[in-house]
Amino acid sequence: MINVESLTPILTVEDFTAEGQVKWCPGCGGHAVLASVKKALPEAGVKKENVVFVSGIGCSSRFPYYINTYGFHSLHGRAPAIASGIKIANPELSVWLVTGDGDSMAIGGNHFIHMLRRNIDVNILLFNNKIYGLTKGQYSPTTPFGSVTKTSPDGTVEAPFQPGELAMGANASFFARAVDTNPKMMTEVFIAATKHKGTSLVEVFENCVIFNNKVHEMVTGKEFRDDNQIYLEHGKPMIFGKNSDKGLVLDGAGLKVVTIGENGIAKGDILVHDAKTQNIAIHFMLAKMSLPEFPVAMGVIRNADTPVYEDMLYNQVSKAKSQAKVKNVGELLKSGNIIRID
Amino acid sequence: MAKTKKIIELENVVIKFAGDSGDGMQMTGTQFSDSSALFGNDLSTFPDYPSEIRAPHGTIAGVSGFQVHIGKNKVQTPGDYADILIAMNPAALKANQKWLRPGSTVIIDVDSFDNKSLELAGYTNNPLDDGSLNDYNLVKSPISSLAAEAVKPFGLDKRTADKTRNQFVVGILYWLFNRSIEPAISFIQTRFKKKPELIGPNLEVLHAGFNFAENVEAMTTQFHVKPADKEKGLFRNITGNQATAWGLLAAAERSGLSLFLGSYPITPASEILQELSMMKHLGCITFQAEDEIAGICSAIGASFAGHLGTTSTSGPGLSLKGEAIGLAVMTELPLVVVNVQRGGPATGLPTKTEQSDLMQALYGRNGESPVVVMAATTPANCFEYAYTACKISLEHMTPVILLTDGYLANGSELWKIPEVNKLPDIKPRLVKDNDQAYKPYLRDVDTLARNWAIPGQEGLRHRVGGLEKEHITGVVSHDPANHELMVRQRAEKVNRVANYLPDQTIYGKELSDLLVIGWGGTYGALLTAVKELQEEGYNISLCQFNYIQPLPKNTAKVLANHKKLLICELNLGQFANYMRSKFPHLEFSQYNKVQGLPFFVTELKEKFKAILEGK
Repeated sequence: MINVESLTPILTVEDFTAEGQVKWCPGCGGHAVLASVKKALPEAGVKKENVVFVSGIGCSSRFPYYINTYGFHSLHGRAPAIASGIKIANPELSVWLVTGDGDSMAIGGNHFIHMLRRNIDVNILLFNNKIYGLTKGQYSPTTPFGSVTKTSPDGTVEAPFQPGELAMGANASFFARAVDTNPKMMTEVFIAATKHKGTSLVEVFENCVIFNNKVHEMVTGKEFRDDNQIYLEHGKPMIFGKNSDKGLVLDGAGLKVVTIGENGIAKGDILVHDAKTQNIAIHFMLAKMSLPEFPVAMGVIRNADTPVYEDMLYNQVSKAKSQAKVKNVGELLKSGNIIRID
Repeated sequence: MAKTKKIIELENVVIKFAGDSGDGMQMTGTQFSDSSALFGNDLSTFPDYPSEIRAPHGTIAGVSGFQVHIGKNKVQTPGDYADILIAMNPAALKANQKWLRPGSTVIIDVDSFDNKSLELAGYTNNPLDDGSLNDYNLVKSPISSLAAEAVKPFGLDKRTADKTRNQFVVGILYWLFNRSIEPAISFIQTRFKKKPELIGPNLEVLHAGFNFAENVEAMTTQFHVKPADKEKGLFRNITGNQATAWGLLAAAERSGLSLFLGSYPITPASEILQELSMMKHLGCITFQAEDEIAGICSAIGASFAGHLGTTSTSGPGLSLKGEAIGLAVMTELPLVVVNVQRGGPATGLPTKTEQSDLMQALYGRNGESPVVVMAATTPANCFEYAYTACKISLEHMTPVILLTDGYLANGSELWKIPEVNKLPDIKPRLVKDNDQAYKPYLRDVDTLARNWAIPGQEGLRHRVGGLEKEHITGVVSHDPANHELMVRQRAEKVNRVANYLPDQTIYGKELSDLLVIGWGGTYGALLTAVKELQEEGYNISLCQFNYIQPLPKNTAKVLANHKKLLICELNLGQFANYMRSKFPHLEFSQYNKVQGLPFFVTELKEKFKAILEGK
């Protein structure tokens, strides 16, 4: 009998620790994300040589230098296209894409939505610090409306994107959210992402200590987090709050926050999270929830089983190969309308 | 009663098919070309279609044309002027009359010359009555009505019935060229295999056309073009885009890699993507990207993962790919970019040909960003140069830009099919797992190419990217001296490709009164003009370049001994300026045309003669 365990060597954090210095600012959320990724990778079930990290441009995109795998630090916004080429060329690889809110929501917005639409099996880590860090403090497409930044001295007059809404609009098969202050949550979510077949998008609320310090404070701060976050788990009721007494229910066509024990609401009335349903409308509502009316949804919001691009592609390739009369280029050149001159 | 027939032997003949863009003229032209090839003629074809898919019916803007030049000897161009024009409506006649040789045969669908159509075409007088066609042998053929009559028993709707008209034209041509009608019959049987109900009507119309030509008084002359004296072997009629696609496929097979084409549809390059999307059985993967940028970036990703990464585009697309080509330069990964040039700038003339992307190919990127730039010179040799582009890219670890153009891409010629296993070997610079000596930027002493380690290989984990890297180790480096070293090494690596290129050849004497210099797709017209003048006794030679960056090593030598150097190109002098920068001691004159059209042999000969005679 084959011992499956022995086929995939057991890897540890050390296997993925790169030589050289990590050059993010002290206190940057990136450090915690990196640590959690290194913990999650051994769970991916692939040999370390099969892991590839691809990134675009920005602070987050320095990631490939800080992890000991094959890496490609590409162009601003273009990482999804590079990662698509890598994964399609070799589906055996575990491909990770690290991007930021400028990289994926602005200059790479087009590539981002099309990667999700195609459902290529790549894990995307979107570091959302709601600011341009590497270029030193200009507003990004996720910067809150009215924010004063270096390029919006009088406050922005642009409505921000919410990555989750964009992902649901592109019919993403997997969307999760985590905060950089909760390593356990990140590791769990990253493991779920790597186990999902298809594009997995994980948005990490990341703090930029230099240009946008405490932008996520209302969500991640110790005194707020219990009431302002809801950690969603498939098959479990959507309950949150310091005393675990708040929950979500359907109210007409929308969601509503209720308190268990008030107005006749019992625990059994609370919605149970179904991450796997194909019905994207409920996931859209969960992803869209924002303060102060709602808590912000964390954990795996959507994890739907959807056909994967490269699976379908290689099925077509195998079928074409098995049915082809022409087996090589030499035969191709001599097929069809040929003129023989003797 | 059978009429008296006269058969004229011709060395070559140019036929132009013209009609509304929905009339099926491209198909009719292709069908006739293929049958000419089967008959043994040499040929060259060129379609001329509007950028609108179906421009308003009956207008000049909606005229779609297809020109074929068949000959007993090697045919190098689709021909300047037509000997036979088939015009399906007044607009088709009006658009093409200026491209007719005096005395040519003009076959028109007389049914379409009503007042409304004449007006749509912009005629104030009916050209059939006003004497403006007196110089031609006009054959007024009631194509529409006779075709409709022929298909009546089949009870087709009008739209379907109208679509059979082109077979009437084919029937006329088969009679005109005194050919057996069998190939046309089998063409129809094959084409409508999946719609068998259309075989009968089309055959009926084909015969009706043939019989009409047989009986009509206006057609008394038949033409005969003898089979070409070609070398023996297997041939096929192939377009530049198909040859390009197949060249990429052959290179993948011979290098032992899988072909990956990341591309975005764009005229006139889309056929490369279309062709390769049908090649899954040969292991080829095509990725139709969301834009030009993603097309090339996916190819770079595939190349990083060990495939032969390629992308295809045309001018505006090459502009968008510039940044990513720079990334391929920096990461020193193999990448082939096929740029099918069209009229520019911006959207320009999408369906017309031009050679105006040369500077963009050479220099259109930020930073010192050298790539190999090469060009195919005929539709069929797009195969050879696509193959060679891959070989250079894989063996020298550099992006290669292959320039073709709309004229080569859509034009076709007869091609002697090569033996794939006799093509030059391709040896990608792959390394073995756990190679202790592997360093990402350690270079080969001869070529300066780095080695190619692929994700999934054990013991070779490394990173690539757009940031400058330290030589040998590949660690990110901002060191000033290292940057200059890497810039110089990347440039020198491209220069050293010259050590592996064939010598530049000259057609004609090495000491001439006039050396005509061209590059890429102008070859056929330049060669024909030079050849004809040589036959007239002039001392004129041709030097046509395939390799532009780097130039072949003997370039200075072949240019040295001529009284005059004339660079001819379809732009305002991009290659001329490049050559002036490379050979400042030489004096280059230039002859340029930027009309979205290829050079005509007649205008070239006139220009060359004027120079040779000191006018």
